[in-house]
Amino acid sequence: MSPIAVTASQAIGHSAPADLDAPVRIGVRNLNFYYGDFRGLKDISLDFYDRQVTALIGPSGCGKSTLLRTFNRIYSLYPEQRAEGEILLDGQNVLAPNVDVNELRARVGMVFQKPTPFPMSIYDNVAFGIRLYEKLPKSQLDDRVEEALHKAALWDEVKDKLRQSGMGLSGGQQQRLCIARTIAQRPEVILLDEPTSALDPISTGKIEELIEQLRTEFTIVIVTHNMQQAARISQFTAFMYLGELVEFGPTNKMFMNPNKKQTQDYITGRFG
Amino acid sequence: MSVLSDRIAISNMQNVRRSSQPVFDRIFQWSSFGSALLVLIVLAGIIGSMIHGGMPAFREFGFGFVTSSAWDVGRDQYGAWVAIVGTLTSALIALVIGVPLSIGIAIFLTQLCPAWLKRPVATTIELLAAVPSIIYGMWGLFVFAPLFAKFVQIPVSSLVEGLPFFGTVLYARVPSGVGVLTAGIILAIMIIPFIASITRDILDQIPTMLRESAYGIGCTTWEVVRHVLLPQAGVSIIGAIMLGLGRALGETMAVTFVIGNANRLSLSLFDPGSTIASRIANEFNEAAGLQLNALLALGCILFLVTFTVLVLARLLIARVKAK
Repeated sequence: MSPIAVTASQAIGHSAPADLDAPVRIGVRNLNFYYGDFRGLKDISLDFYDRQVTALIGPSGCGKSTLLRTFNRIYSLYPEQRAEGEILLDGQNVLAPNVDVNELRARVGMVFQKPTPFPMSIYDNVAFGIRLYEKLPKSQLDDRVEEALHKAALWDEVKDKLRQSGMGLSGGQQQRLCIARTIAQRPEVILLDEPTSALDPISTGKIEELIEQLRTEFTIVIVTHNMQQAARISQFTAFMYLGELVEFGPTNKMFMNPNKKQTQDYITGRFG
Repeated sequence: MSVLSDRIAISNMQNVRRSSQPVFDRIFQWSSFGSALLVLIVLAGIIGSMIHGGMPAFREFGFGFVTSSAWDVGRDQYGAWVAIVGTLTSALIALVIGVPLSIGIAIFLTQLCPAWLKRPVATTIELLAAVPSIIYGMWGLFVFAPLFAKFVQIPVSSLVEGLPFFGTVLYARVPSGVGVLTAGIILAIMIIPFIASITRDILDQIPTMLRESAYGIGCTTWEVVRHVLLPQAGVSIIGAIMLGLGRALGETMAVTFVIGNANRLSLSLFDPGSTIASRIANEFNEAAGLQLNALLALGCILFLVTFTVLVLARLLIARVKAK
């Protein structure tokens, strides 16, 4: 076994094992995705389970970010991109033309590769998303902001400077602020697109701990390049290659005993 | 023998090369230093001669030169107040009209415009900047002003007649089409390409991910632009606006055509007025004696105004950045 596989398999068991009885939260059915004429996703069918972390892994350009970006239809900002098929969120097809995308995005939150604090105070960064959809009296809004910052493990670091700009925080704090902003809206699903790729190891560790805690409340889908990270924090793993889903299963099985040789090769670092 | 002479020749050549090198380098250093210095000398020369030329007028009228609205060549009485007010008013009107339009254009081009329309619109905006100001002046006087008189000044005047405030500010005694508001509108058209194209560049530089994450929490396009993109671009847009303001304050030819060149302090935006630049352009040819000194003094004031705008803009930007 290669050293990577050893550390990855050691990392398994760090978080809770897959709950095989968890209900399906997102059901992807025959999903195809096109960038103009290029077919970025090919007939993907896959289930994501309630309050479980599912990691999407695979080499660059395999379509894992593309898949993530279909769940909140953020791709629809770009006219040349389109998705065909079905993505059922609690049974409702989010790709249907009559879906209100703004409301969908409040239900399916997203955190990006780099921290993206808005040009406003720390408080307003978190309150902004709540204000878009709920009219709350000040005291309730304060509570919601505090709750979100607590859940994002950021409260103690920022409680004395809520009125200061969010841009003044460190990279790791900014990313937790973005997570706080997302969970403040009380979404059902959180999408994480390589959330630690711009962070140092200590900040990365904090985010991973955070994901572990958030799992008890939210369904989480995370794209990651880091095998150990996938092994450490996820209950399920999907391995993608060239726009296709190669294999999907509980994380410990995927890392210890995958069905396909391609999965084995990627996980042990033989390619990718 | 020939080998030896060759060697001598070569070593001579090298000597020539080596010895000329430091001299050349020094010439190069001095000439580039001189180029930089030249700018300072020219600027100091301009300021110095303006102040020198304007001094007699300042000495004659004192501070009253700034606050007096007299401009009587016959009695040799001069005051800058009307021209200063006209300059500031027309520039302000230009900003009030031009800034929202420019920002709207920039937002449309960067956020909403379909790809096939982007190029034509952007090119047209930039072509606006290439139109010589004399063309704006001619067009403003012969085409725009008559239309403006017929479709705006006359109907609006009859509408607001007798009303408080509006009856004064938007009432044309002689609806000729030319006036301070006309000048402001023409100036707005002239500064739009500058502000719009700089703002567009600024908005283009905002990372895609920030924009996506604003959409990602469920913002509408308006909310993304209003709460995230514009505040993010904030300071730089102020810089773009100040550049436009600088141009509006100093613009001469187009304004001279359409402002009406009256030395009368009127509260109505439809009435003719003058700016510092238009007054100078109108009278310089025949000016002599104290009138010439007064015009040079006007020039000093214009310089001071634009310089102040520039400094204020810098301070504002520095303050916002520090925050």
